[in-house]
Amino acid sequence: MANTANTADTARTVHTTAKPEAPAETRKVTPPSAHRRKRRRRAAWADGHARTIVSPLELKSRWGTRIYWAVLAAVLSVFTLVFVFPLYWMVTGAMKSGEEIAQMPPTLWPENPDFSVFSDAWELFDIGTLLQNTLYYAVGAWLFTLAVDVTAAYALSKLRPMFGNAILGAMLATLMIPPIVVMIPAYVTVTDVPIFGWQLLNSPWAIWFPVAANGFNIFLLKRFFDSIPDEILEAAEIDGVPPWRVLVSIILPISRPILGVVSIFTIVMVFKDFLWPLLVLPDSEKMTLSVGLSQTAGAVSQNQIMAGLVIASIPMIIVFFFFQRSIMAGLTAGSLKG
Amino acid sequence: MDTLTLRTKRPARPPRRRPPSKRKRAVRNNITAYGFLCAALFCFALFAWWPMIRQIIMSFQETNLVDEPTWVGLDNFRTVVEDPAFGQAWKNTIAFTFLALICGYVIPFAVAIILNELRHARAYLRFVVYLPVMLPPIVSVLLFKWFYDPGPGLFNYVLDAVGLPTLAWLDSTDTALISLVLVSTWMNMGAGVLIYLAALQNIPGDLYEAAELDGAGIFKRIWNVTVPQTRLILLLMLMLQIVATMQVFIEPYQLTGGGPENATVTVAFLMYQYAFVYGGNYGAGSALGVMLMIVLLAVAAVQLRLTRDEKR
Repeated sequence: MANTANTADTARTVHTTAKPEAPAETRKVTPPSAHRRKRRRRAAWADGHARTIVSPLELKSRWGTRIYWAVLAAVLSVFTLVFVFPLYWMVTGAMKSGEEIAQMPPTLWPENPDFSVFSDAWELFDIGTLLQNTLYYAVGAWLFTLAVDVTAAYALSKLRPMFGNAILGAMLATLMIPPIVVMIPAYVTVTDVPIFGWQLLNSPWAIWFPVAANGFNIFLLKRFFDSIPDEILEAAEIDGVPPWRVLVSIILPISRPILGVVSIFTIVMVFKDFLWPLLVLPDSEKMTLSVGLSQTAGAVSQNQIMAGLVIASIPMIIVFFFFQRSIMAGLTAGSLKG
Repeated sequence: MDTLTLRTKRPARPPRRRPPSKRKRAVRNNITAYGFLCAALFCFALFAWWPMIRQIIMSFQETNLVDEPTWVGLDNFRTVVEDPAFGQAWKNTIAFTFLALICGYVIPFAVAIILNELRHARAYLRFVVYLPVMLPPIVSVLLFKWFYDPGPGLFNYVLDAVGLPTLAWLDSTDTALISLVLVSTWMNMGAGVLIYLAALQNIPGDLYEAAELDGAGIFKRIWNVTVPQTRLILLLMLMLQIVATMQVFIEPYQLTGGGPENATVTVAFLMYQYAFVYGGNYGAGSALGVMLMIVLLAVAAVQLRLTRDEKR
């Protein structure tokens, strides 16, 4: 049955992998028609999937199927335990009372789930202000980064000025030195920007300027723009369309997927960043959510900390839910071909 | 194409005017291009390139940000090297990198291989493994701080419940570093898993087919097909991982403050301490930063070399 359902290639392998005792055994117990139906049901999920290390035939064998289900069950439970249970513990921990959370052995579900802790935490951590600040920095960084990096990548990719490659090389070179390594001179620069003499401490520009100086974004955008055929642009040029109109009306609409990737990257990066906002936004009215949580965590009780963490996690989980595809595309975009 | 463009644009121009107008066009094109580039050049120059140069300058200076900086030669480097925390910090960073490579490099690859074999619940598993990566690091760190708590912490309760001796976790010099590595792995490994998963999906199925026909078992197929096919990405991730662990900061900052007895002081954390905790020793911090830069450039050079050889 399996032989006929498969291509000649897999049919050849049946002799080496299929267990000889399996058909003999089933023939004794069940009539051929029932046996055939069972085989087909078993085959349904093993086929129709790209060929991986284990072949569909191996999966369809009696032991192959058993091992497969055992591995699946093990992976599902381990993953849930390792990655979901801590979050469950965080949420339920927040709803436990002060005594219950410190109690040994711990309770799996809070005795009297107390939702007021979330509003307490909101006030204690001043999450309203923190969240508002962080959103403001993230959205501003997003818009500013898009404006700066898209124009730069367009110029490097399509207008190709003199020294364009040298500039691109210098931008990509910054990727080798992570920002944390130069935190001291970068901080000093922010306190007194050379030439302009600006003092950017506690100003959102202290976040926005460095975030826009992102070689990886430029690399992703430029590579995407490179794939847009020059003929389209030349046609526009003949019609006398100015370069900025070409960018806005032709390039940007085609580039929507990569713009999505860069946008999500930037927003998530600003939301997750810790050390830089800790240094340049020390004023408690200007702090980001991460820094604010860190500063206040020592002064409040355990269940209030957990409530604060729950609230802080929600925006990112929502973002992940809605933009999962962009996020995962961005993750593999640079690394696979870079 | 070029002449065609010109002719369509200015049909009346006599042909001898073409060369100067071509140069003019090039000039105009360059002006437009630099107009588009200027914002990025501004950001990069002031907030990416200048700090790197400034790091080197500051490492030879003594400065308190108020008075004119004075040149002090190699004094900063001497201060840094003579600090007893210096050796400890490098040792910790290397140990951290090594442990993180075991936990954060081998395990995600193995997990990705298993995930790629599964035919069910793939979306759920991918979502779940990446969930911690989305959380702000401070959330993961504070959550694990509670789990590590020797009193009402979850980990000691579980150890006790299954009959194992409890640990002091963050409070003991023996376990503090590995505790940090565990948090770090938990909150970062999802990215690695998904990148490997994408690489695994690009391996042509025929190769496994052929290996199977040659009688290769499952482990042989992994070793002789999967690993060679993903070599480039494995190499790249190895380097990225090293660079990432060199900059560990939030874990020691929030969980241990570098203690107990400097057991978790990393180089990045020591830099932070020089500049922002020990009364603004920016020079010493920069000197340490220069050393870290050199190490990272060496790592990058090795990576470029290896990937170039590999692509050839």
